[in-house]
Amino acid sequence: MLMKIRRLLLKGGTVVDPAAGRNRRVNVLVENGRVTGLARNLSARGAEVVDCRGRYIAPGFVDLHCHLREPGAEDAETVASGTRAALAGGFTRVCAMPNTDPPVDSEAMVRFLVGRGESAGLARVHPVGCCTRARQGRELAEIGGMVAAGAVAFSDDGNWVADARVMRSCLEYCKAFDKPVFAHCEMTGLDTGVAHEGPVSTRLGLAGKPDAGEAAAAARDILLAHLTGTRLHLCHVSCAATVELVRWAKGRGTAVTAEACPHHFTLTDEALAGYDTNFKVNPPLRGEADRRAVLAGLADGTIDAIATDHAPHTRGAKEVEFDNAPAGMVGLETAFSLGYEALVLSGLMRLPQFIARLTAAPAEVIGLPVPRIAVGAEAELVVLDLREKWTCDRDKLVSRSRNTPFAGRTLVGRVQGGILPGGRMWGVGAD
Amino acid sequence: MSSKAPARSLRHLLGIAELSDEDIAAIFSHAEMFKSVLGRPIPVVPALRGKTFVNLFFEASTRTASSFALAASRLSAQCLGFSLAASAVRKGETLLDTARNIEAMRVDGVIIRHSMAGAARFLSERLRAFVVNAGDGCHEHPTQALLDAFTLREKLGTLEGRRVLLVGDIAHSRVARSNILLFRRLGARVAVCGPPTLIPPRVEELGCEVFYRLDRVLYEVDVVNMLRVQNERIGAGAFPSVREYRALFGLTRERLARLARSAVVIHPGPVNWGVEMDYEVSDFPHALIMNQVTNGVAVRMAVLYLLAGGHADEDSPAPA
Repeated sequence: MLMKIRRLLLKGGTVVDPAAGRNRRVNVLVENGRVTGLARNLSARGAEVVDCRGRYIAPGFVDLHCHLREPGAEDAETVASGTRAALAGGFTRVCAMPNTDPPVDSEAMVRFLVGRGESAGLARVHPVGCCTRARQGRELAEIGGMVAAGAVAFSDDGNWVADARVMRSCLEYCKAFDKPVFAHCEMTGLDTGVAHEGPVSTRLGLAGKPDAGEAAAAARDILLAHLTGTRLHLCHVSCAATVELVRWAKGRGTAVTAEACPHHFTLTDEALAGYDTNFKVNPPLRGEADRRAVLAGLADGTIDAIATDHAPHTRGAKEVEFDNAPAGMVGLETAFSLGYEALVLSGLMRLPQFIARLTAAPAEVIGLPVPRIAVGAEAELVVLDLREKWTCDRDKLVSRSRNTPFAGRTLVGRVQGGILPGGRMWGVGAD
Repeated sequence: MSSKAPARSLRHLLGIAELSDEDIAAIFSHAEMFKSVLGRPIPVVPALRGKTFVNLFFEASTRTASSFALAASRLSAQCLGFSLAASAVRKGETLLDTARNIEAMRVDGVIIRHSMAGAARFLSERLRAFVVNAGDGCHEHPTQALLDAFTLREKLGTLEGRRVLLVGDIAHSRVARSNILLFRRLGARVAVCGPPTLIPPRVEELGCEVFYRLDRVLYEVDVVNMLRVQNERIGAGAFPSVREYRALFGLTRERLARLARSAVVIHPGPVNWGVEMDYEVSDFPHALIMNQVTNGVAVRMAVLYLLAGGHADEDSPAPA
């Protein structure tokens, strides 16, 4: 799928520089994996030329939240299939969540994941390690060893660290390594439902998960982050109350960041009317006011990043009663298009700001250098066609799993390909 | 007796929410017809001879399962029981496997009761056979609503403008959801009453008023629809004790005496005597609980008849 190109000219496109917040119509010359020219008129004799007229060129996207399912559920996804799906969606780097079987709670497990990522040779895998041993929420995991092996953040994602003393220890301990804790916020006792608690759950007779469960857990973790001075990152913010809390915490100077997922700002719980388990996700799809609050949070920067929470599940696992189905939906391949329509075409933000939510902002959360397209820098970029309309087809997904809620939906804007470090190109012109 | 052509739009009966007004009218008119059949010396018609249905009950039920089985036999159809204990479900068979096996057996209809909301719809999307929802989790129990409404219409003439109060565990009751929807459709003013812990969030959006104090509303209504309260809700923190529940929300002897003169009482059964109702209610002349059971067979005959493609013009089940 990748093609190594020594000398490549991306001609006639518009470069989006999210760090500078602007677009530039320039040609991009890439030689031996580095950007060597960025100008209107570049002579590039002997270079492979990709016609980028009408297209946009942006830094590769960074996903703070995906589930690659390896080890333990390779029938749903593997590192190789998941990172291939990532490239299809424009993500050149993905944070792999540790709730695998066994969980990624040791140096050896982190090394295993990094190794799987390297041998696949597609999107770069940045493992997130467990903050507690086996995600049990009781004792600290060996965070130092995992940092040495390449873990970028720590999380018991899928579980909230219910014991406040343990969460405090996690936050304090991570401070030594300047690594953030990623919090999955869901307060114990309010976490047993399968759908957002509200008029729809009442109508459908589904057990409800109230927004207060997410917000109350987020509030505690925000206060603990403030207390310990550690960076806290809130996963998949789904409701207005949590957005408000993040806004308040940032105003107060707490080192908190937050992510939101495309399904939470494009769908509501009304989609559950047919009990289609492809719409079952955690946190659940919420009401219209929550959806709008998440969009507003992204627009004003309260929510820093767009993350996918790509959660593949096999057809067999999903084709059961709603209560019995696992929560989660694939998202790597649709995130850019959904975000583009909901945030840019809707007029909520301009293109460079939107790209920043997929690049600079998530990179900063995990301490990566700000992704830029600049002379001398390694080329890690994507080519986007913002005019292309395409229909999400379940059977054409690159992921091993098919559990998308967007099948049949017409999307606007598409990732056409890009370049990975080392001058390896996929998509446009490469295949 | 005039019999309208059955509403051909009715493919499955999953919930009151999916029924058109014409469907409801057709079910009632056929139920009336079948009720008169049930009064004959030989209460059987050949309307669905050769048809086979499966009673797929994943949850315990006495009256609903036997009511459907009886309805099928009164129509000369066969109804196979699918007993949970003897079935492969215990061996890990999924609902999808069950659906495929039923499909392969080529039965005409499936009557399903399941502990999870949406289970009936799940089957309906995977079977050529018609599906009747006999209760899916906390979602709907449409034949109960239809037989309740049928019973009330028989007694009151119409539900238009009548005040109906549902009392008890609204949150976990599929009967409550179906009844609220159907009573509203038939023009009744509906209210619910119970401890706030057993009232589902935003239930008023289904079109009903909410009361937390029974005595503030009970004596003004035309219909009291009591619901079963399960003891396990105490452990879950819904109310502190049976004693307190009965005191606050039970249809006690004292409350019974204060009901409006023409008020009627219904209950989907089985009743927890001494919890939601004192035993004296069973002697109350306006308690329609046994009428509900009798009418259940007629209403289920109507539902099976309409879904199985029976046609009054063709094989005339009406009394001669």
